[in-house]
Amino acid sequence: MKQKAKEIRALTATCIQALGAGHIGGSLSIVDVLTVLYYKHMNVDPNNPKYEYRDRLVVSKGHAGPGVYATLAHKGYFDKEELLTLNKFGTNLPSHCDMNKTPGVDMTTGSLGQGISCALGMALGAKIRKSDEHIYVIIGDGESQEGQVWEAAMYAAQRKLDNFTVFLDYNKYQLDDSTDNINSLGDIYNKWNSFGFYTQSIDGNDIDEIDKAINNAKAYKGAPSAIILNTVKGKGISFVEAAGANNHSMPITKEDLAKALEELK
Amino acid sequence: MDLRAVFAKTLSKLMKENDKICILDADLSKPNGTAPLHKEFPDRCFNVGISEANMAGIAAGLSSYGYKPIILTFTPFATRRICDQVAVSIAYAKQNVIIVGTDPGITAELNGGTHMSFEDIGVMRSIPTMKIYDVVDEIQFEQAIPELLKLEGVVYVRVPRKTRPVVFDENYKFEMFKSDVLVEGNDITIIASGTMVHEAKLAQEILKEENISAEVISLNMIKPLDKETILKSVKKTNHVVVCENHNIYGGVYGAVAELLCQEYPVKCGVIGVNDSFGQVGKYDELLKAYNMTKEDIVKKVKEQLK
Repeated sequence: MKQKAKEIRALTATCIQALGAGHIGGSLSIVDVLTVLYYKHMNVDPNNPKYEYRDRLVVSKGHAGPGVYATLAHKGYFDKEELLTLNKFGTNLPSHCDMNKTPGVDMTTGSLGQGISCALGMALGAKIRKSDEHIYVIIGDGESQEGQVWEAAMYAAQRKLDNFTVFLDYNKYQLDDSTDNINSLGDIYNKWNSFGFYTQSIDGNDIDEIDKAINNAKAYKGAPSAIILNTVKGKGISFVEAAGANNHSMPITKEDLAKALEELK
Repeated sequence: MDLRAVFAKTLSKLMKENDKICILDADLSKPNGTAPLHKEFPDRCFNVGISEANMAGIAAGLSSYGYKPIILTFTPFATRRICDQVAVSIAYAKQNVIIVGTDPGITAELNGGTHMSFEDIGVMRSIPTMKIYDVVDEIQFEQAIPELLKLEGVVYVRVPRKTRPVVFDENYKFEMFKSDVLVEGNDITIIASGTMVHEAKLAQEILKEENISAEVISLNMIKPLDKETILKSVKKTNHVVVCENHNIYGGVYGAVAELLCQEYPVKCGVIGVNDSFGQVGKYDELLKAYNMTKEDIVKKVKEQLK
């Protein structure tokens, strides 16, 4: 699994390099959770992406598209070569996730705060038809400044949606600066906990911790789950990590990529 | 009958036949008349509380699951408040959602300026793929509801909650995307939308007494426009007045003017809200305040014919 995560990071860097620059920081921070979801937990079929009873993932922080596409290509939803078309005119892999373009993407996202409500609608849909899919959603820490996130949180708890798990990619940075310097999330564990979520706070770049937390979430009945992923923005590629507040969207040269691929061997 | 009662009655029937239809309210199920549906279909009716943005997103998620959600709230909250959620999560994501905005324009009456939307058509009309239906009366609305549910994509319905004068008779047959020529005439075409259809018809009767032959068109669908019906009439009369319960900018007048200026340029007058905000008042008081009465229409017609 760890090797898979490395390969997905390499694909992420490769596709962003093909374009020259992109949202690499927030893509790399969620690669571990994407790997665990697609290779361990989600009931999905890459040969039948629209399989009706599949588990769903909404990447509400839609700018993490490159990380999502790398994962989907790695899983076999489409050819890895297609990753090189990232964000180029006419591509099926636009900067932000688009359910009508990319096989395996379950919701169109990018306008922050909205994806969590859409995922909530899916969780309600599963409850109406009494089927047992699990709905996962990944939100950003900067995204958590959007009020709609908390509207959705209240209603998920109200409906006791135990088929609904929110991952918070708490990588501590948003586009302009660190979240603490802009609009801090404060005591984010207790925020989710007090909203009525079964809340866990883990090392979000640790495969085993993620796996365990998802098992706990799926086993928990009568309330939705929140898993706070304490992550590093740019995780896994040293010069991206080092760029810190400047890695939200940054240029990746051919030399950078060679260095990254060496690190990810 | 209250238009909200028509809605609830019709949906009660349709939801029995179609288990995909869902109703979403944002703490307005009582004023919008859907409360009985929540009792009858508790599994498919959701009151999300006062969170319209969340409601729009939930509807998109339900649609992606194969359901046919209908979201309801007052027009300003169904449009300008959640414009981005409607544009991205619903329209751009190609989801099938019906957005019902209640009490458009001056029908918001005593709720006043904060709740009185004169810009909702403008907001919605500029979103690609959006279809917009402006309800005229209860006879039409009852027939339109099942047809609206058959449409793919996103539909915006602007409908008053309370009883409005009946315009159509029992022989009326609603046709999707079609406007209705209510009265035929030769001198001028009055294109009216929503509650203004009634006023236009009254104006036509006054004009007839004065030997002015007005053709009255009930627009019904604001987007897409029934270009054929409009152009056929205007090519005959060569004069136009548009009547709408909305700002004269961005609404029906704009839509008609866009069509005419491309296809058949003629001078085109308008009755509507002249770039003002709303205020409290009864319907008839507001009609007067915004110069939208039948007398105002008659005056405008005469100006156009000068």
